[in-house]
Amino acid sequence: MSGEVAGEVRVVVAVVLQTVVVVVAAPFLVGVLRQVRARWEGRVGQGLLQPWRDLVKLARKEPLQASGSTVVAWVAPVVVLGSGLLLAALVPTVTTAGPARLPADLFVVVSVLLVGTVALGLLGLDAGSAFGGMGSSRHLTIAALVEPTVLLAVYALSVPVGSTALGPIVEGRLADPGRVVAPAGVLAVVALAIAVVAETARIPVDNPSTHLELTMVHEAMVLESSGRDLAAVELGSWLRLSVLLALVANLVVPWGVATAGDGGPGLPALALGVVAVVVKTAASGVVLATAEVFMAKLRLFRVPELLTGSFVLAFLAVTGSYVIG
Amino acid sequence: MSSGDASQAVALLAGLELLTAVLLAWRGPASSPRGPLAVQGFALAGLVAVIGVAEGEPVLWLVALLVGVLKGVVLPTLVVRRPSRAAGPAAPPAADRPATVRPVVRPAVVRGRSRVPLLLGAAGLVVVAYLAARPVTRVVTGATGQALPVGFALVLVGFALLATGRRSQSQLVGFLVLDNGIATTAFLATGGVPLVVELGVSLDVLLVVLVLQVLGSRIDTAFGAGAPGGTDLDQLRELHD
Repeated sequence: MSGEVAGEVRVVVAVVLQTVVVVVAAPFLVGVLRQVRARWEGRVGQGLLQPWRDLVKLARKEPLQASGSTVVAWVAPVVVLGSGLLLAALVPTVTTAGPARLPADLFVVVSVLLVGTVALGLLGLDAGSAFGGMGSSRHLTIAALVEPTVLLAVYALSVPVGSTALGPIVEGRLADPGRVVAPAGVLAVVALAIAVVAETARIPVDNPSTHLELTMVHEAMVLESSGRDLAAVELGSWLRLSVLLALVANLVVPWGVATAGDGGPGLPALALGVVAVVVKTAASGVVLATAEVFMAKLRLFRVPELLTGSFVLAFLAVTGSYVIG
Repeated sequence: MSSGDASQAVALLAGLELLTAVLLAWRGPASSPRGPLAVQGFALAGLVAVIGVAEGEPVLWLVALLVGVLKGVVLPTLVVRRPSRAAGPAAPPAADRPATVRPVVRPAVVRGRSRVPLLLGAAGLVVVAYLAARPVTRVVTGATGQALPVGFALVLVGFALLATGRRSQSQLVGFLVLDNGIATTAFLATGGVPLVVELGVSLDVLLVVLVLQVLGSRIDTAFGAGAPGGTDLDQLRELHD
């Protein structure tokens, strides 16, 4: 009995550690993305610490709200940040262990993603400005196209494991590396990667560094936010980016992640897990930023085509996982 | 090579073929079909080679080589080749043209239709193929039978590409995907095709592609369209003198 309790305590410690690591590392990941992009473009760049400095600066400032904004304006940033934190706890980044009472189920994870998405959309609409509404409408259009792909892709990955929880999926790939190169798995991961790029508003779906009124999506929604609220929204979005990127990295290269094992992951495994996930996520961030430099943003009317393509890949992965493994 | 490795290799190569077929359906009008076609051809050749190793038939190695060269190199190159306008007797001298022929003004950006219906249709066709192949997969056992639906799917997607292509090039691409599908089905269902048969089929395909290329370039010179991928069907709707 006491062994069980100790195991549960260890799992909780692991999940808390995982959340803390993701929160600390997320702004650094954004820094890496910006720095890589700057170097490719021949600029010196702002350094890896700049997103953290921005966050601290914003968090100290009092949020100003547009006249006519409602309760949504101060609830939505909290919800966005909260959904980001919940994702960081649920998605296996450092460890695949999760508390038994808190299901890291595929559907739970997608719903948490969607809660953040909807909160951000409402935030954009709240102040009643033209740009915010435009951004929200585009954001929700993209979200409506992305969520089915995420569901299908993870579903395809879950077929060989027999569980829709993300932890066992990653563990299954760790135990049987043949699954990493199985066609259904490859299709699903490619589909998921495209969906993640769209979900986190990166090029070619959205340009995170533009304030051009005709093309911005994410930036349009946060135009009216300031101070602490903006810090919360930004950190929430960065958390979502880091967690999803780490998830894809863990699916492609599952080695190093701390498995649940007997009675929760031990300290050495957790330390290795932290190092592994930081390295993997940073590497995938470098790849993502490099790919972005060589790509142009798609026209908005072309985005559904890209997302349909990724949906079809995910769909084929589901069909194929029953037939060709 | 154990049977487990063989079945995994077959699954991987078949998956690759399916992926390239989807990529070809996804492809915008401005991008070249050469890469995906070549990958598909090489995947098919790899499939033949794996079957050859699994069945212990050295003749299949020769077939694999033939397939690889033809479908991985020659045909993709032929499909994207733009026949030079200067060569060929078909181009009439400018002075002979009647004055009523207006020069065709092409938009600077190649306008493409949305690929969404075709992509979703392709996904549906893959499901149809899996269902249709069920009776066959029950009979063909072993590593190859599992991947057999991919051949069916390739045939159906190839037909869809062939039927919906608006330019001669995309129709040719559809034809090649269709042919790859037939070849995949044949190899997977029978565990290898005799060299003579494969040689005959390959030469047929090569001949068809060559004839269609010549035909396409004739149409191009006659209607003066130099758009990538050949003349659009829209330009052939009305009578020209």
